[in-house]
Amino acid sequence: MENLTFEFEGGAKPLKPGIPYVVAGIVASSNLEVMAERRDLGGKCRFEIATTAANFGEAWKAVLIDFMDRNKPRDVLFSINDFSAIPPIVSLRLDQALEQLTH
Amino acid sequence: MLDKHKIRNGKIARVNQAFGTGKVIPADRTVELLEIVIQPGDRIIHEGDNQKQGDFLAAQLARMNPQKVHGLKLCVSSVGLPEHLDLFENGLASQLDFAYAAPQAARLARMVMDGSVKIGDVHTYVELYSRYFAELRPDVVCLVANEADKEGNLYTGSNTEETPPLAESAAFGGAIVIVQVNKIVDQVRRVDIPGQWVDFVIESPKPFHLEPLFTRDPALINELRILMAMMAMKAIYTKYHPKVVNHGIGFNTAAIELLLPTYGEELGLKGKACTHWALNPHPTMIPAIESGFVEAISCFGGEVGMEDYVSSRPDVFALGRDGSLRSNRFFAQMVGHHGDMFIGATLQIDSQGHSSTFTADRLVGYGGAPNLGSENRSRRHRSEAFLKAGAEAHAGEPMPQGRKLVVQIVETFQAANKPTFVERLEAWDAMEKAGFSTPPVMIYGDDVSHIVTEEGVANLLLCKTPAEVEQAVRGVAGFTPMGIKRDRRMVENLRDRGVIQRAEDLGIRKSDASRDRLAARSVHDLVRWSGGLYQAPSRFRNW
Repeated sequence: MENLTFEFEGGAKPLKPGIPYVVAGIVASSNLEVMAERRDLGGKCRFEIATTAANFGEAWKAVLIDFMDRNKPRDVLFSINDFSAIPPIVSLRLDQALEQLTH
Repeated sequence: MLDKHKIRNGKIARVNQAFGTGKVIPADRTVELLEIVIQPGDRIIHEGDNQKQGDFLAAQLARMNPQKVHGLKLCVSSVGLPEHLDLFENGLASQLDFAYAAPQAARLARMVMDGSVKIGDVHTYVELYSRYFAELRPDVVCLVANEADKEGNLYTGSNTEETPPLAESAAFGGAIVIVQVNKIVDQVRRVDIPGQWVDFVIESPKPFHLEPLFTRDPALINELRILMAMMAMKAIYTKYHPKVVNHGIGFNTAAIELLLPTYGEELGLKGKACTHWALNPHPTMIPAIESGFVEAISCFGGEVGMEDYVSSRPDVFALGRDGSLRSNRFFAQMVGHHGDMFIGATLQIDSQGHSSTFTADRLVGYGGAPNLGSENRSRRHRSEAFLKAGAEAHAGEPMPQGRKLVVQIVETFQAANKPTFVERLEAWDAMEKAGFSTPPVMIYGDDVSHIVTEEGVANLLLCKTPAEVEQAVRGVAGFTPMGIKRDRRMVENLRDRGVIQRAEDLGIRKSDASRDRLAARSVHDLVRWSGGLYQAPSRFRNW
């Protein structure tokens, strides 16, 4: 197990009103669950990750920077429980969670 | 010149002396027969492809006495049995020509390196069959059939596959034809190979081995595969309307098959795309067939459990007067080669779009992919897809031309987190270790029109320079080391030009990539779609 936390400056994408949190995915082998909550983080986004696969900090950082670049969200706390998902699955789940908060 | 017919007549006379006349040989005297008709140095074709394998004759060949028989040149389209390589270990054979070897790929690589197998060459299927009529003319051909009668007429049925070209190369080339059959009958159900072409038939103690190679369990299709399938359907199927298509055997294309009745219907593809196929009877095609998407399927081979369902759709499949499927690998390959689109997966892709499934430790061969997945410079008939792709590929050139769509649909990572996108194909290592003069590339980059990954779709037809091709490939290579090394500005520029399209550019929401969209979500669903006619093999049954 490894716990990782990342924080990034957010963008300008507005959240849909009335939805406090959403969940995407499931904790299963090669998969993960993401809970995305609206939270006043001063415009930032925070990612709190619990993962079964240690020593992948750099890979997480690359995936999250790409996610922030593409979507530009703000004031969202992402809590992630990861069971060794590959990077494209991580991207898919994050995108799915944010779609529900923003569309 | 060597008169093979004369040599053959001599061999037949010797067999008649030992066995009496008549074509039926008892199974327990097979080795004796083989040692009479096979001379040292002969070229032997053994019938075995990725589905059916003449396992009884292979085992008998391996039991021959190397004092009597040696230096054989073995030709087999799929090195699928350990006995194929036992022939080399036992000192019977010295040279191997083949098309595909995945089941024995690792052992073959070791035997090539220690010198016990000398490879003549590695081929595609139709390339190998063609050479049986040129420099690789056989002396003895060992075939597989379901039924034979006493005159040697053969019924090969659903799994006719590659029997016709092998039988023809022998029958008119002065070679001996020996057939293992599941059953000797008074009258065959239908004549797939005429008895006049056949010298000897042997009833095998066990039915020949048949691999259900084309069955994909819908339960294993995850959301990433569905996302990729949706992007391919929107960016390629809907844009070009390819009518004559070939799908590979992977889960990504199985996902497309299962999305045709749902997402394909929404996209208006019915009757406009995917009407004619070069394809085995994939169980995952049942919902699309039942939903009216398919006019005809030309089959390379059969598929275990699909026999009754296939027989119920004479409008779609090629059936004999007996009601069962007639497959033909050579013809189906030609259908695919001259079609509008190939789409399939691979193991590794480099930055110019070259792909290969060879590794240093596994000499897997090519199978049919290079013929199906190549630009066809000999095609002349026109179609909407051919002209649209040609207009992109040959934009600004004085001579207008068409273009085949050749699509690679791959996940950026394979099992065990091995990246699909690599700076250097392991085919280069395979070349060095096996002593090939060129790297064994499955599909060359300049034949590829599109690459589809989880990250998006790259249209290589729109790339103007090798540098643009490279960034288009890197731009869909995801978080692989090769993808991370992209030139971000150039990739964004390619995206602005529509060379690279992401899901959002195609109007696809990630949340829409859901298993609810699959027309069947389990093998049991497929059985239901077939009205109970699809008899799934037991390993796919969990109900």
